[in-house]
Amino acid sequence: MSSYPWAPGFIDDAHRPRIVTSRFQYEDGYTLERYLATGGYAGLRSALSRTSAQVLDEVKAATVLGRGGAGFPAGTKWGLTPAGVWPRYLVVNGDESEPGTYKDRLLMERDPHQLIEGCLIACYAAGLSQCFLYIRGEMALAQERVATALNEAYAAGYIGRSILGSHFSVDIVLHWGAGAYVVGEETALIESLEGNRGMPRLKPPYFPAAVGLYGKPTIVNNVETLANLPWLLTHSAAEYTAIGTETSPGTRMVAVSGHVRRPGVYEIINGTTTFRDLLYGDEFCQGIRGGRQLKAFVPGGGSAPWFLPDQLDLPFEAKVVSAAGSMLGSGAVIVMDETTDIPAAALTLTRFYAHESCGKCVPCREGATWLERILERVVAGRGTARDLDQLLEVGATICPGAFPHASSAGQGIEAVPFPYRMTTICFVGPSAYVPVHSALTLFRDEFEARLIKRKLIPVSAGVADDHG
Amino acid sequence: MSRLNDANEVLAKEIIARYPKPRSAIIPLLHVSQQQNGYITHEAIAHIAELVGATSAEVLGTCTFYEMFKMHPVGKYLINICSTMSCALMGAEQLIEHAEHKLGIKVGGTTPDGLFTLERAECQAACTEAPCLQANYRYRYRVTHEQLDRFLDDLAEGLLDGEIPPHGVLAQVRQSIPVDRAVGAVPPDDVEGAPRWMAT
Ligand SMILES: Cc1cc2nc3c(=O)[nH]c(=O)nc-3n(C[C@H](O)[C@H](O)[C@H](O)COP(=O)(O)O)c2cc1C
Ligand code: SF4
Repeated sequence: MSSYPWAPGFIDDAHRPRIVTSRFQYEDGYTLERYLATGGYAGLRSALSRTSAQVLDEVKAATVLGRGGAGFPAGTKWGLTPAGVWPRYLVVNGDESEPGTYKDRLLMERDPHQLIEGCLIACYAAGLSQCFLYIRGEMALAQERVATALNEAYAAGYIGRSILGSHFSVDIVLHWGAGAYVVGEETALIESLEGNRGMPRLKPPYFPAAVGLYGKPTIVNNVETLANLPWLLTHSAAEYTAIGTETSPGTRMVAVSGHVRRPGVYEIINGTTTFRDLLYGDEFCQGIRGGRQLKAFVPGGGSAPWFLPDQLDLPFEAKVVSAAGSMLGSGAVIVMDETTDIPAAALTLTRFYAHESCGKCVPCREGATWLERILERVVAGRGTARDLDQLLEVGATICPGAFPHASSAGQGIEAVPFPYRMTTICFVGPSAYVPVHSALTLFRDEFEARLIKRKLIPVSAGVADDHG
Repeated sequence: MSRLNDANEVLAKEIIARYPKPRSAIIPLLHVSQQQNGYITHEAIAHIAELVGATSAEVLGTCTFYEMFKMHPVGKYLINICSTMSCALMGAEQLIEHAEHKLGIKVGGTTPDGLFTLERAECQAACTEAPCLQANYRYRYRVTHEQLDRFLDDLAEGLLDGEIPPHGVLAQVRQSIPVDRAVGAVPPDDVEGAPRWMAT
């Protein structure tokens, strides 16, 4: 059995501050026994010794940025619930399926009690009366580990009625998804949890915090966001913000995949770590495989516009990255070395988003499929120059106006900052266009080399031929 | 015939009771049903609709939105090979071709002995372990062609039965909330004021 390992081939155990991955070094990090032996549930006890308002203030002071993609501070989000409206719910977003993203599943498989404790702290602080832990359907092991952990924690009195003898009572219900990327979008997640097709809701209302599950105030948080809370409560906001920068405190998990020597999931210092550190650093990926050259990389999951080696020295700081034309998204870097077939690589992402479109908006449903078909034709060597223009035209129906991209000193291309404007309800439509636009803007020659060179036959020549 | 059996009906009722509204249990119950039969039948849909107080059309509508629910029998082992970017960069297309060749079927097909169904999957959240695949949603990482051959042989010979149950069985451990610890579902209506711990 050991020839088919469950665990990733490589565990990052370099010496760095650990907020969420401290138990990854243990084989049995998922058990209650190990959790308690390593300071588990101390954050909950610390929270219960204060009022919920005090805990909320502590979380606000720490500026725990959301790790699901948008980077909205958790404490601020919890404060958006309308006064006097009860009950309020917590929905945990464990639907992880953005291309390149691999961290929430690890947190659920390797340290499920940390997530559970985070959920409890959030419910206590924000007055949330029931918690639903929505785990992506395709993750059987994560579901088993979280189910086991919930059962242990209930038996030990950490979840349920009068938690640890206090006035605090809350149930955590494990819920399974069934395969649909778009369900990760928070309003689609709520639709799915209500038993419906997982389609995003029309906005406004913009935040489920105002109108969410069953029409009630609902906090949707990412797994990693919540996993930060036990550490925060056993330490303090001051210690949390001492790591990283003022606008990006703490750490974040980043999965680096593709053509690096040591692909893996790393917990990095937020705000200061650069892409160069991550891709070339000794304690991280140790450079490009086979000593080759870096061609391009996706800095923040499949939805993020691509970067070139020009952008390697940028730090993991949202403002800086968006000015440079992309986003940090869900903590996923996909690396392409010099041997990469760029149009073919772009197609794998566009195909993903076209396949995952829920069909609610016309520009996404039709546009993403068009992009996929045209790109397929170009990759197969059957495209024409007209097809390249058409890719951009279709893209403009999804995202009118300037579209973000990176700068390229060598090609004299200047950056267009993030974000874009869009004609769709959610980001799936625009995301289908992102790889097409980045690849075509930064690597146009690779597309042109692929086109069929049709010779136009003059009519007179044809006529002459006939009579010849 | 393929309604939920008695034991699963008890389980279904226990699951429904956890939610403020019964309809929220539709997806979990579809999983229970798929676990029982290996796929979703129209009788099961009608039964689930009865249990949660929805129409069959509503349950069917939900069911068909989600990739994991199969409306027809599939192989005992559903082999999903990821072909999104991180895996594609590491040779996923070649791995898929190799699997097609080895199993003698195309993507989407099922072997005549009913053992394997092969699918091209989208990102499986194992991007650093590319190329990866799942058999009934259990992972294999950094899969070489030789490892794939052996893995399929082992599955066929039943050597991995303990670890990889037949298609439909999702998690082998279920949540069970002890009655004496349960708070119970919190309904959206008729809740008065803030929860008790907020008062202080
Ligand atoms: C198409 C789409 C897919 C998404 N998928 C996920 C996901 O799988 N997991 C996640 O946590 N957030 C996902 N998000 C972001 C969520 O909508 C939401 O912002 C997030 O869960 C909020 O949690 P946070 O504030 O803790 O980051 C997705 C967003 C979109 C538009
Ligand atoms: S953008 Fe696409 S996936 Fe999102 S709501 Fe519209 S159609 Fe659905």
